[in-house]
Amino acid sequence: MSDTYILEMKNITKEFPGVKALDRVTFSVTRGEIHCLVGENGAGKSTLMKVLSGVYPYGSYTGDIHFNGEVQQYRTISDSEKAGIAIIYQELALVPEMSVYENIFLGHEIVKNGTIDWNETIQRSTELLKRVGLKINPGTLVKELGVGKQQLVEIAKALSRDVKVLILDEPTAALNEDDCDNLLQLIQNLKHEQGVTSIMISHKLKEVIRIADTVTVLRDGQTICTLDAASGEVSENILIKHMVGREINNVFPPRDHEISDEIVLEVRDWSAFNVQKGKNDLTDVSFNVKKGEIIGFAGLMGSGRTELARSIFGNPDKYRITGEMLINKVPKRFNHPGKAIEAGIAYVSEDRKKNGLILIQDIKQNITVANLQEISRRSIVDDNSEVKVATEYREAINIKTPSLEQQVLKLSGGNQQKVQIAKWLFAKPHVLILDEPTRGIDVGAKYEIYTIMNKLVEEGMSIIMISSELPEVLGMSDRVYVVSEGRITGELPIEEATQEKIMQLATN
Amino acid sequence: MILNELKTELRKHIRDYGMYIALFVIFIIFGIMTDGVFLSPRNISNLLNQTGYLAVLAIGVTLVIVIRHIDLSIGFLSGFLGAISAILMVFANIPVFIVIPVVLFLGVLAGLLTAYPVAKLGIPAFVASLAGWLIYRGALLLSTLRTGTIIIPNKTFNALGNGFIPDLFASESFLPGIHKLTLLIGIIAIVLFIMMRTKARRMKVAYGFEVVSQSLYILQMAFFALMIAVVTWILAGYNGISWTLVIVLVVVAIYSFVTKKTVLGRHIYAVGGNPEAAELSGINVEKITFIVFGSMGMLSALSGMLFASRLQSATTTAGTLFELDAIAAAYIGGVSAAGGVGSVVSSLIGAIVYTSLTSGMNLMGIDISSQYIVRGIVLALAVIFDVTTRKIGTK
Repeated sequence: MSDTYILEMKNITKEFPGVKALDRVTFSVTRGEIHCLVGENGAGKSTLMKVLSGVYPYGSYTGDIHFNGEVQQYRTISDSEKAGIAIIYQELALVPEMSVYENIFLGHEIVKNGTIDWNETIQRSTELLKRVGLKINPGTLVKELGVGKQQLVEIAKALSRDVKVLILDEPTAALNEDDCDNLLQLIQNLKHEQGVTSIMISHKLKEVIRIADTVTVLRDGQTICTLDAASGEVSENILIKHMVGREINNVFPPRDHEISDEIVLEVRDWSAFNVQKGKNDLTDVSFNVKKGEIIGFAGLMGSGRTELARSIFGNPDKYRITGEMLINKVPKRFNHPGKAIEAGIAYVSEDRKKNGLILIQDIKQNITVANLQEISRRSIVDDNSEVKVATEYREAINIKTPSLEQQVLKLSGGNQQKVQIAKWLFAKPHVLILDEPTRGIDVGAKYEIYTIMNKLVEEGMSIIMISSELPEVLGMSDRVYVVSEGRITGELPIEEATQEKIMQLATN
Repeated sequence: MILNELKTELRKHIRDYGMYIALFVIFIIFGIMTDGVFLSPRNISNLLNQTGYLAVLAIGVTLVIVIRHIDLSIGFLSGFLGAISAILMVFANIPVFIVIPVVLFLGVLAGLLTAYPVAKLGIPAFVASLAGWLIYRGALLLSTLRTGTIIIPNKTFNALGNGFIPDLFASESFLPGIHKLTLLIGIIAIVLFIMMRTKARRMKVAYGFEVVSQSLYILQMAFFALMIAVVTWILAGYNGISWTLVIVLVVVAIYSFVTKKTVLGRHIYAVGGNPEAAELSGINVEKITFIVFGSMGMLSALSGMLFASRLQSATTTAGTLFELDAIAAAYIGGVSAAGGVGSVVSSLIGAIVYTSLTSGMNLMGIDISSQYIVRGIVLALAVIFDVTTRKIGTK
């Protein structure tokens, strides 16, 4: 219970059904420092911060939290806020239609005689804005501010609550270089001038090295090490080594086949302009896929891989697209997913519950929905063929279910994923795009899915696999593209690809 | 043993059977409370005819709710198009066989018009159709402004709401006073029903799907056969099957077929179950939205004509609150606001339950204020029942 630590988390273990998200994690923050938390996607950083802030209440995890030398048992977020912990998430929690001062005091309004004292609110907001170095009228609507300034408003909001520890979850992910610079400067100023302790989660290792006093690396739910910047042991290479340095213990089934030279899908100088955000989500992307090849798309979450897949697959997000797409050397452009399906492209989405499956319908209906014409005569669905088709796929890819009439809702994650894959195989594609094909499913089902992928490419299908799991990318791909911030930052033949190289390109 | 199986079967499919049980209970209660008047052939026949215009709307709005939208414009649209049909027949002297398709077509157009802002611009259907509600209300008043109520003298048209099918086998010697064609239709219906169900069951057995035991199955078939037989017998004892009932049954049959058996129907339920997944499965969600609202407009037109025909006139208040009655009927029938769940047959039963409440309470002499309260309670109970049984179902 040393006084130098403002925060100590000891032996924190948090389990979700089937997964241990945190495994005896220890995390200590010294008073007045900037402490960075790094690790791959899924390493447990966000979970740890959610335990700290009370999103996962006391009792749903094991271990102790000491804050200012006292044991803490937060049941809600407001408990941790009262204690002086403020989290600023990647997704900003501001109300766009409200003014800056209303947002700053939202939830703890300054009340006199039962009504809000707006004059006091505006005056104190002005002071807070000065503290974060933001020169704007506090009456401005939040929606009129850029993301960088909104971030600063969030920090002002946190400061208004007399914050002792400020937690920033990937604060610079959506910012341009100038705004980034500004923000990092501010965090340092807050430390030097006002003694605020900050915890920052970041994937951008350069910033980490620039501002961190201490760095803690998490990997697979465990604390790997805590490094002191003053001792000079923090460098990009060292951090990456700690982040990815796991032994690869997932086994990948062997694959033995020839990849032909025939290019089935090629994309050139592909840019996608997001009309709502007013910026490019994808810039000058070029890649190709050969017949019988598995292409791995590596990168961090939010790097633009899903957006790329969707922009190819009929563009449901209504991007304004420039560039060229060739399918079997013929230029193509689809304005609806239905057209992409007709041309032989299939997309297995990353979020099977949100936009992949129709959970309230049964297995056979989900398998046939993308290709009902095939089992219909004169637009009337033939129930017999439907059952036949569903039975075929159930056996071919081993969907474990008591009945084909089982609601998909009630299946395990692995079996849901297989239903999704079955649905897209029944659409008879030439190019299958798999977006995070093994997310949230157990090791056995993963292996089965890898086996299915091998079989498909051996039969001449081409697969584009988007994956945030580096071992999977390395174990399954014939060629790897690395995506970062909507651009392809590297192409690696599998012989040359290593976790370290990919991580370097992805955090570029 | 069969009782035990019946019990577990009922518990498992309580959502499917709940509607029929409720209807049965309501009929028994009103039968007792009115000393059997409620169950008299005349009243049952009347009841079904009264349900016609509401049932047609409820069927349409079921699909609208299935794809997670709503249509408030349908009440006054039906009133307005009823008035249009009267005007075309009475003032323009256009023959009824042209008027009916023309008005149905106008209904489709109106539905597509409502769908446009919803499908293309993403405007909430509540708002888009509320605008339609106001517009058609005004249009109805405007079209009847100079004439007030328009009396419709056309016998063919009026038969839609008041007439009965002719008895082809009328005979005084065999079963006098009984409508023989109705009996025949009833028998055919029972035979067809059992044949279709048995075929479906055999297929399920062949694929190794779960089915109920043979004895329970026979019990089920006997129950449904008895229900059809009783209704047929009651109707045959009065004037037979009405044209309204014929129209409603044809609409239910078509919609049931389309929703259950066709690619279009599957697409509608897929869009309702998960619009994003449907879009990514190559289904054109916009197109489906247009189709469903277009069908809703057509059924509104049909409902308007049925109502005008029943009153033998177009009135200035026709269609008032029909939309809310139809939505209530659909919810009583178990359609889910979360989308993707609901069947047109259940909505028909919902409409019959809803009208039965009015009819029964009228016979009992209960005043209108209490009637609204009772209807409100029944709606609330139906939805609560639906939500709680759904939780049991997913466990």
